[in-house]
Amino acid sequence: MRIGILLLALLAGNTFAQTPAIPASELRSGVSFGSAELRAMQSDDFANPGMLWVERGQKLWQTPVGSAGRACASCHSDASLALKGVAARYPVVNASDRRVIDLEARINACRTSQQKAPALAAESEDLLALTAFVAHQSRGMPLAVSISDSARAFFDQGRDFYYARHGQMDLSCADCHEHNWGRKLLAETISQGHPNAYPAYRLEWQSLGSLARRIRACLFGIRAQMLASDDPQLTALELFLAWRADGLPVEAPGVRR
Amino acid sequence: MAVAPSLRPALAVAMVALTMEACLAADAQSSAYRVEGDGIVSPLTSSAGDPARGRALMAGRDAANCVLCHSIPDPAIRDAGDIGPALLGVANRLTVPQLRLRVVDMRQVNPRSIMPSYYRTEGLVLVAQAYQGKPILTAQQVEDVVAYLSTLR
Ligand code: HEC
Ligand code: HEC
Ligand code: HEC
Repeated sequence: MRIGILLLALLAGNTFAQTPAIPASELRSGVSFGSAELRAMQSDDFANPGMLWVERGQKLWQTPVGSAGRACASCHSDASLALKGVAARYPVVNASDRRVIDLEARINACRTSQQKAPALAAESEDLLALTAFVAHQSRGMPLAVSISDSARAFFDQGRDFYYARHGQMDLSCADCHEHNWGRKLLAETISQGHPNAYPAYRLEWQSLGSLARRIRACLFGIRAQMLASDDPQLTALELFLAWRADGLPVEAPGVRR
Repeated sequence: MAVAPSLRPALAVAMVALTMEACLAADAQSSAYRVEGDGIVSPLTSSAGDPARGRALMAGRDAANCVLCHSIPDPAIRDAGDIGPALLGVANRLTVPQLRLRVVDMRQVNPRSIMPSYYRTEGLVLVAQAYQGKPILTAQQVEDVVAYLSTLR
């Protein structure tokens, strides 16, 4: 029994490290595991299907909605100035209610409290478009989330989820994305599982999709319970993912298989 | 419970602990089995495994899906992962009881293994509703898979 506990302690050891398990020198964006065609598609704005959502987002940005009659642009005057670098810092802890929020939740907060319009549904075309538009303003900028002060507890929660084994397959995120990246799962090369391309266009979805949707695809694969887009556990996990990808450039809208 | 004397003491102790758990927590879905050394000698069912069914299970996307991680020597299979070793020749490396334990619960052989336990329901967390309380494979399916593995010489 004591041996068992010792074993568990050894296994858990790496989860308490303060530096990401994959050092900065070995960090690789998911796109680098894709084919040459896929990489070309992502880097060419005319070929990247995600740019359609960015364009749609730009129109929404300028359109007044809700009983306040304001457009996003009414308050955030110049998008590229006001929004540059914002996506690279998300998720953050919301000052007013101390909850951890991702970019989608931040945009919806402005919808409801500033524009006085109903919140947009998760994975709706409009929310994807606005998120893609906002994230695109940070393209090329290095991910740099804060995990200090009030963010710390959420970071810890996200890290614990990441290293815990879940589902009928009893696998952790780390089992695939830290211990087996570069190897093949059926026909797909496992990447390091970074969030920097999202929202991303997936050929399999034939649509843009959020990071939450991608994470749910992994949870589905291991036959685990789903996490809803607004589940604080999921946002905490997104915060941990952003931290372990610290320094990788924002690619949104990325293109993936 | 017999534990092979050749096993290192630490491993043996850990295995006894794990084995006890497996027996105690057995339920109607995955019934008790007995680990001897690093294998399960007695088949899980009274009817013998069928290698043809086992082969189909191992290649099937919805069933065992072993080809996610292993290649098997079968020209009909185009895609296979490489996380686990190729299974060609596995019957030369491992006995039938050893193969059975590895399919039933690889984590008893290597707690850090990425290979799922195909016949275990206890100790699982946040399992999707549809799979709760059920092992990935039934006892008969385990025997079918083991029967196919034992032909891989
Ligand atoms: C059984 C292996 C496996 C497990 C376990 C797993 N994933 Fe994945 N994941 C994949 C595969 C395969 C892909 C698609 C190829 C790729 O980009 O890695 C993927 C993709 C991703 C991506 C997108 C990467 C990109 O650049 O597009 C993220 C983010 C991700 N996973 C996060 C997670 C999280 C969080 C968990 C734990 C809840 C998890 N994964 C568990 C196999 C796995
Ligand atoms: C009535 C003015 C107003 C409108 C309209 C508005 N916002 Fe905001 N927005 C703000 C204010 C004020 C903040 C900072 C609030 C805070 O920190 O709590 C903010 C913050 C943000 C942030 C986070 C910036 C950061 O540095 O963290 C984003 C992203 C954002 N808004 C996007 C949008 C989008 C997209 C829309 C349209 C759907 C929109 N906003 C509409 C006033 C507005
Ligand atoms: C998620 C990946 C994965 C899946 C799925 C998987 N395995 Fe494995 N398997 C492995 C790994 C990795 C090893 C190497 C041993 C270890 O992890 O300790 C292994 C080892 C084995 C071994 C021992 C091989 C040897 O040479 O010692 C057998 C037998 C085996 N697996 C059979 C199966 C069967 C049968 C299935 C499907 C019912 C299956 N595996 C599904 C990853 C996997």
